[in-house]
Amino acid sequence: MALLDYFLRKKEKQVTTASKAKERLQIIVAHERNNRNKQPDYLPQLTEDILNVLRKYVQISDKSLSINLDNKGGELNVLELNIELQDENNPD
Amino acid sequence: MARIIVVTSGKGGVGKTTSSAAIGIGLALKGHKVVLIDFDIGLRNLDLIMGCERRVVYDFVNVINGEATLNQALIKDKRVSSLSILPASQTRDKDALNKENVGRVLEDLGKRFDYIICDSPAGIEAGAMMALYYADEAIVTTNPEVSSVRDSDRILGMLASRSRRAELGLEPIKEHLLLTRYSPKRVEEGEMLSVEDVEDILAIPLLGVIPESQAVLKASNAGEPVILDVESDAGKAYQDVIDRLLGETVEFRFLVAEKKGILSRLFGG
Repeated sequence: MALLDYFLRKKEKQVTTASKAKERLQIIVAHERNNRNKQPDYLPQLTEDILNVLRKYVQISDKSLSINLDNKGGELNVLELNIELQDENNPD
Repeated sequence: MARIIVVTSGKGGVGKTTSSAAIGIGLALKGHKVVLIDFDIGLRNLDLIMGCERRVVYDFVNVINGEATLNQALIKDKRVSSLSILPASQTRDKDALNKENVGRVLEDLGKRFDYIICDSPAGIEAGAMMALYYADEAIVTTNPEVSSVRDSDRILGMLASRSRRAELGLEPIKEHLLLTRYSPKRVEEGEMLSVEDVEDILAIPLLGVIPESQAVLKASNAGEPVILDVESDAGKAYQDVIDRLLGETVEFRFLVAEKKGILSRLFGG
């Protein structure tokens, strides 16, 4: 019977439990990573608007503004705004 | 500056303490000054795996609370003199550790040791967060099994967002994958995720593959970390891990099943 098993096993390899495991993991891990890094849809627009307001008063490049929404656990969300102002005497 | 390495996993029972013990001994045998810290407050076990459970007088929490000095609490390993162990407390006081007091102890230890190995508790609660907070490197211990891989990925998320390095915007924690309880035979039969599968999913560099081995249980029974069993497959695999941690390139072993002879294939067995 061992001989028979040996040949039959080759065919079964098409859908092994290991490949099922890998497929399921890839899906769930991708999903969870997505949630982890999720930022609300309005962030790009908000960034753009803030930049425009700032530009009324100071010269500022796109890169000098970083905006970040951080979930501090539970219901507390912190919107973090980081604006780098250029040195007026030494713009680069 | 001491290298602070956390041995972590998310899921319990995957081999964090076994690996911490082996890595601690292995690095010390190479002549480095090493301290092993048990962060599993309330459920200490590193002392048992290291075989020094009867020498515990003071623990990590005693040091934090100022009830003992580091010198009083550190247990010097009887086999390798450059290795010390800082045991966890057995009394459950989950608020005992915080960033400030753990930071102070690690800073003190950093002056005396080359390597600080933090054996993390399972889970993603405060204890596990404390163990990884100050890490420079992380050894993510994973079994080739769905729940373990998923939990490891969660821990990778924590390393990238909740560590000191993440909070200060420093260079991220260097991550290593340590795959344990690997059975090449079951992989070949399609019953177990392969090294490549796990690497694909977690996408971090592979530090080592420890085969499923009877030597591991024997080692913990005796309180002699498995790396000291130099003839065993697991002992050799941990030895390779040490060499890789120290920057050497070592070929991976124990990734293919031993081939059966033609007779046993035909007649079973």
